[in-house]
Amino acid sequence: MADLFAGIGTSHVPGIGAAVDKGMTQNDYWKPLFDGYEPAREWLAKEAPDVVIIVYNDHASAFSMELIPTFALGVAAEFQPADEGYGPRKVPTVQGHPELAWHLAESLILDEFDMTIVNEMPVDHGLTVPLSITCGQPEAWPFKVIPLCVNVIQYPQPTGNRCYQLGKAIRRAVDSFDRDLKVAIFGTGGMSHQLQGERAGLVNAEFDIAFLDDLTRNVDRLVNISHVEYMRESGSEGAELVMWMIMRGALDDDAKELYRHFHVPASNTAAGLIILENP
Amino acid sequence: MREDRIYSDIPGTYVFDPQHSMQGYHLNMFCMSLNKPENREKFRQDEESYLDRFPLTPEQRQAVLNRDWVGMLRLGGNIYYTFKIAIFDGLSMQQVGALMSGVETEAFQKMMVDGGRPIEGNRFKSEWHNNG
Repeated sequence: MADLFAGIGTSHVPGIGAAVDKGMTQNDYWKPLFDGYEPAREWLAKEAPDVVIIVYNDHASAFSMELIPTFALGVAAEFQPADEGYGPRKVPTVQGHPELAWHLAESLILDEFDMTIVNEMPVDHGLTVPLSITCGQPEAWPFKVIPLCVNVIQYPQPTGNRCYQLGKAIRRAVDSFDRDLKVAIFGTGGMSHQLQGERAGLVNAEFDIAFLDDLTRNVDRLVNISHVEYMRESGSEGAELVMWMIMRGALDDDAKELYRHFHVPASNTAAGLIILENP
Repeated sequence: MREDRIYSDIPGTYVFDPQHSMQGYHLNMFCMSLNKPENREKFRQDEESYLDRFPLTPEQRQAVLNRDWVGMLRLGGNIYYTFKIAIFDGLSMQQVGALMSGVETEAFQKMMVDGGRPIEGNRFKSEWHNNG
C-alpha cells in the first residue's frame, strides 16, 4: 500500500530560486538561509520518497483571472517550468505520477472534494522553488511530483479548515492506493509577508514561530485562523499558510516535528521550513 | 464607493476581493499578456499602442504608463499581475516595495534585513492616522 509518511512546510519565495539559479547561495545575504536548508536536504535524500504531493499556488502563470480554480490537481505525466516574465527557470521538467494523481482525483471527488483536474499546466516558482530548496540542482528531480494548485490570490481563498479537511481526504486517498509507494506532501508558501501597498515588507516573526509551534502543539488553533487574521497579522500574502494546513491534515494527529528553520529575510518574506513525520 | 469589509481597516493593503477583481479584470489581463515574449516585445516598441488592445479605464491606462504602483492596486490591479510590469522594467520586488511604501530601495532593504516592517503599529488604519 502507498504510505504517506511525512510532510514539509516551506516558503516558496522566487528570490530563493533565483539565488540557486545564479549561484549566490553562499553569499553573505543568502548563506544563513541555505545553511538551514542543508539538514532538510540530507533528510529527504535519505528518505527518498517515490512521490511528493506539492501543495502550492500559481502566480498568474498557468492560470489567470480567466479561470480561478480553488483546488486544481495536476494529473499529467510531466509539467514544464513556466515563463513568469523572465523566461522559464532552467530547472528540470517536473515528472508527474498520473496513476496516483488520477486515483487522488477519483477518491477526493467521491469524498466530496470537487477538484479541478488539470492535464496541461506549466508550473511556476510556487512549485519549483520548494524543489530547489529540498533537492538543490540535480539533473532530474529525484521523485515524481503531483501538483496541487490552490487559489490564494483571489479573495476568498479556501478556509484553513477546508484545507485541513482536504488534507485528511488526501490521506484517505493515498492510504487506499494499492501500490507500494513512499509518499510525502509539501505545503508551501508563507510565512508572514506582504508584497503590496504602503504596508509592503510586513513581517511578524512572533506569528510565524507560534504557527510553527502549533503545527504539533495546537493544530485546532491554526485550523481556525480566519482570513482577516492572516491578512492583518501575517501580511496580505501571509494567507498562503492555509496551504500548510493541507499538508498538516494529511499527517497523523500526533505527527512529530523533526526539524525547523526560520530566517528573515528572504527578499520581502519571512522564510520558514519544517519537517513533520508520522510516528 | 467601496463597501466596507471586515478587512477594510488594515492599513496600506488592497485586498483582491470580488470588487477589486471586477474593477481590475482588464488591467490584470493586460499584465498577464506580458508572460509572452512576443507581447513583451510589442509593449517595448510602443506602450501606448499596445495598451490600445485592452479596454482599460483612462485612470488605469495612465497608472500603467506612469508606473504608479499603488495607483494600479487602487484601480483593481493585483500585485502578482502588476509585478509583471515590474519584471518587464527590470525591477525587483524590493524596489517595487520601496516605491509603494515611499522610501528609497536601500532603506527598504535595510528594513527587511533588520527584521521587516514590524507588526506593532501596523495592524489598523487608526494606528497610522494617530501617528500622522
